[in-house]
Amino acid sequence: MSDILILFLAATIRTATPLALAAFGEVVVERAGMINIGLEGAILAGAFGALIGASAGGVALGYAGAVVGGLLVAGLFAVLVIGLRADQIITGTALTLLSLGVTGTLYRVLFGSTGAALSLPTSASLPLPGLSSIPILGPSLFAQPPITYVAYALAPLLGWWVRGTHAGLALRAVGERPESAQVAGVRVHRVRVAAVLFGGALGGLSGGTLVLAQVGTFAEGMSAGRGFIAIAIVVLGRWHPLGVALAALVFGAASALQFALQAMGWELPYQLFLVVPYLLTLAGLAGMAGRVRAPAGLGKAL
Amino acid sequence: MNAQHAATASNIVPAFELSRIDKRFGFVDALQDVSLVVRAGTVHALLGENGAGKTTLMHIAYGMVNADAGTVRVAGSTVRLAAPLDAITAGIGMVHQHFTLVPTMTVAENLALGGRGRLSRGTMDASARSIADRLGFSLDPNIVSGELSVGAQQRAEIAKALSRDATILILDEPTAVLAPGEIDELLRWLRGYVAQGNAAILITHKLREAVTVADDVTVLRRGRVVFAGPVAATSVESLTRAMIGTTATTSPDEPIRPAPVGVTEVVRADHITVTDREGQVRLRDATFRVRAGELVGIAGVEGAGQRELLRALAGRARVSVGSLSRPTRVGFVPEDRHRDAVLLNRSLTENVALEGAGRRRGWMDWGGLRARTSALMQRFDVRAIGPHTAMRDLSGGNQQKLVLARELAFSGGEQHPLLVVENPTRGLDVRATGAIHEYLRHACATGAAVVMYSSDLDELLSLASRVLVVFGGRVHEATNDRESIGRAMLGLPNTT
Amino acid sequence: MIFSGASDATRAPWRDMRHVRRLAPVAVVVGALLAAMAAFVAAGGYSPAAAFAALWSGSVGSWYAFTSATLVRAVPLMLAGGAVAVAFRAGVFNIGAEGQLLVGAAAAAAVALALPMLGPVAIILSLLAGAAAGALWAGVAAILRTRFGVLEVISTIMLNFVALHTVSLLVRGPLQEPTHVYPQTATLVERVQLAHVPGAGRLHIGIFIAIGILLGCGWIFRHTASGFRLLAVGESATAAEIAGQIDVVRTMRQAFVASGALAGLAGAVEVLGVTYALYENISPGYGYTAIAVALLAKLDPWRVLLSALLFAALEAGAGAMQRDAGVPSSVVTIIEAILILVVIGVQALRARESPVISSHDPARAAE
Repeated sequence: MSDILILFLAATIRTATPLALAAFGEVVVERAGMINIGLEGAILAGAFGALIGASAGGVALGYAGAVVGGLLVAGLFAVLVIGLRADQIITGTALTLLSLGVTGTLYRVLFGSTGAALSLPTSASLPLPGLSSIPILGPSLFAQPPITYVAYALAPLLGWWVRGTHAGLALRAVGERPESAQVAGVRVHRVRVAAVLFGGALGGLSGGTLVLAQVGTFAEGMSAGRGFIAIAIVVLGRWHPLGVALAALVFGAASALQFALQAMGWELPYQLFLVVPYLLTLAGLAGMAGRVRAPAGLGKAL
Repeated sequence: MNAQHAATASNIVPAFELSRIDKRFGFVDALQDVSLVVRAGTVHALLGENGAGKTTLMHIAYGMVNADAGTVRVAGSTVRLAAPLDAITAGIGMVHQHFTLVPTMTVAENLALGGRGRLSRGTMDASARSIADRLGFSLDPNIVSGELSVGAQQRAEIAKALSRDATILILDEPTAVLAPGEIDELLRWLRGYVAQGNAAILITHKLREAVTVADDVTVLRRGRVVFAGPVAATSVESLTRAMIGTTATTSPDEPIRPAPVGVTEVVRADHITVTDREGQVRLRDATFRVRAGELVGIAGVEGAGQRELLRALAGRARVSVGSLSRPTRVGFVPEDRHRDAVLLNRSLTENVALEGAGRRRGWMDWGGLRARTSALMQRFDVRAIGPHTAMRDLSGGNQQKLVLARELAFSGGEQHPLLVVENPTRGLDVRATGAIHEYLRHACATGAAVVMYSSDLDELLSLASRVLVVFGGRVHEATNDRESIGRAMLGLPNTT
Repeated sequence: MIFSGASDATRAPWRDMRHVRRLAPVAVVVGALLAAMAAFVAAGGYSPAAAFAALWSGSVGSWYAFTSATLVRAVPLMLAGGAVAVAFRAGVFNIGAEGQLLVGAAAAAAVALALPMLGPVAIILSLLAGAAAGALWAGVAAILRTRFGVLEVISTIMLNFVALHTVSLLVRGPLQEPTHVYPQTATLVERVQLAHVPGAGRLHIGIFIAIGILLGCGWIFRHTASGFRLLAVGESATAAEIAGQIDVVRTMRQAFVASGALAGLAGAVEVLGVTYALYENISPGYGYTAIAVALLAKLDPWRVLLSALLFAALEAGAGAMQRDAGVPSSVVTIIEAILILVVIGVQALRARESPVISSHDPARAAE
């Protein structure tokens, strides 16, 4: 039984990590008053960047490549949405499509039309001394790849940054009312560009995690909707990093549950579990009506 | 003229100086060769009709708009103002006409916004309190700004400007939203502020205020300086001429005659109560009548309930208690034209079609609508290439004329028996304002009833047959003089 | 809203020379895209000539390719593109055409499988069921938006996933084919399949349904009061409510439901006319491509007919290109993406050129 519990918890964390990373980035983007549907594309570009980086020089370079990939997509988003004031939703949708096309094409061009599975160096799990020997929680939560610990650290760090720094205050003001932030001396465009790039970098890292810490290879369209799920997680987590971390765990647990139940010999259609988090998000959003609001300036150009 | 004045007034370096500013928006010259010199220790009034360029000039002074040409000097040294941050760094603070506090944040957070480094609630509150103490204001740093009264919001705005140690304070129409008593208090405070060696620029279109509080005055007309000099050397009459160009207004400022008792009652409101979308009661137990051929003015400070009153009369808000009888179709000119009255990207024909669109069934008679638009354009002197022109391409005055035209007339050519208008001349130049007033008078003369709210008491008094004052959600009939209306707007008993 | 090109519905488009001038930049864009694609293909070590030849022959190079590849793909793109156009026109960002299409396909398949004996009647019932299911699916998002204030962008994306998993569940459970081997439904009997268009290969009569509906939609937009209300709400919800006294919530719900019905119908037509069975990957992202289709058509149903044709040809050609010239078909995805980006980029630039000139707040015009 405890084996299954360990497996379940480890699988939860494993699924939640890339979701949480991408969602942390999107929290910052949405707090700055934007919604980047192109996050899906950033994750995919990050995954491809990781492939390029890792095949050139190992795991570390892989993560660097992932960040670069995410930044490229985010940079385009920033130019179009902040520079040209193009519509955010459509720009994001188009960038996801672009990323899908570019990574797919480059993959075939660079690695052959067969798209034979490449095996990449992946990061080994790093049991944390002391913590990893806690029964059940140790082997499940603290014997993870290093990137998972980055995600653990980011949640409280971001939470503090948003509340406890002037930069965080400026970010929130930009999302609530950009005109007000501007006349208060905040450089609104700069804050927004920084937020978008941060979101892109984390989205890229999320894609890198898939390749470097989980699958060990790249596949076309491997982001598989994680960007969209991350956006849902941001909403379910009420635009707060700690809430987002919790929401990511809910999604992770739902998909881990199917494996656990299968392991326990239950015969339930796995789609039921996969659907639960989405329904939860929708119910959560509806239930939150009137109590918790999105940043008031969400989706509006300055 | 400007430079001369600066030289004669004092030989010391002025606290703030704008020199030879030019600014164009598209084909419009917003500012041409405008200079402004503000001495330390003085209040400088910047006068001009709506649209004269006052706000644009001050947005340049605050780094919100970049000038095409010209220089800005603070205490003698040239500064480059690419963004508000540059202005703040240079010691310039601004209190905007439309408040800029982030409504969901506390007063303390709003005051802290724009700083650097770490942030703690304790230091944030303490610094907010110390600023408030220094200014002699009472301000609770933990109140969410959106819940403050208008007066308190303005005090918070001033505190915000001064928390960055502004020595030059720009106030853009600060009295527009205040009741007479609050205005006096603000102006007194302003004198104290400049007495400490600071400088202030007061933008206003109210001559009375300028003459009582300012030391110097600059008058803009159509983007040019037409007068600059000490207040002592001028008079209300000469300033009026400078602002308007010709001698005062051409139309006689006779209010429309009250309708005699017995004339058809167009509106009968008996004990009506109106609640807003949040379920808050905004208008309580109001009883009044409006008769054909009269223009009833509505006065009230911002948020007193007049907005809901107008919307209820126009059929745009539901009456929750009481009985309101009014014509089924009412013309309505809302205050925020761009948001509430027009489709900017659409043609004039489509904008005319918007009226009554909620009730229309079946086909759109575009041919008829186009003909109607052309007719309205001609009758109301709307300057545009044709009915297919996009609303966006019209000037503000022409947009408003078309809106008024649409709301005045039924599709059949008859006019609506009731027209409800809300600040109908806000942001319009003198000529367009005159035209709008003319149409309103004409509507009354031909038997329509008009209910008009204006935040400009003078405009109200120059048109209205009688005035209803709204205070705290209650409606009172007021006598037609400035003094008693002003007191009623503040909820004070009438002394006379 | 997103479409700020000032246009006047009251003018007859064919009498207006401006349209000729408007087409010129489109031609330039398409030319530049083709050149960029050639460069891209060449850089990848493929022959641009062979790629273009394959693209051509696979899409419009032969009657068979045109009808059986391009037109067959154009049908769902037309209907789904129309769905997106209707919603976006009213300012409703329905990103959920894909999900609505899937539930539409599922409902149509279920009805057609249950009533094989009814023949043509079953076809009509299936199509209606598909439309109803799509409308219902979109209705959920509509209620979430108008009653609970949930952003439809987020809710429709969520509902896309729910729809996908629901179809996956159905074809492995209640609707699985009798042998329980493959994750799909049984094949529809011929009596409940949409007939082929004589002499046009695999093309089915669904194309007439699509064309008819889009012509009708365009006509409603131009000539009816409800069409005008949709436009007014999309242009400015506040002005529509206050100046037009339009019931904005109702209009938005109508747009949502109509959009969902069209997308659901797209799914139904696809099942009855092309796949003859329901399975998970029944839609290769038609609902997403539809967004590009609608945008390129500037949300005008009549133009959707043309832009759906263009995208269908590109996708049909992409398959041939990969098969015959070895060029990855994903090149076409890039082209589609760039096409959308260029369209919205140009629109954003145009909006900048003509600032709002008003004496009220010149500062805003400057930004």
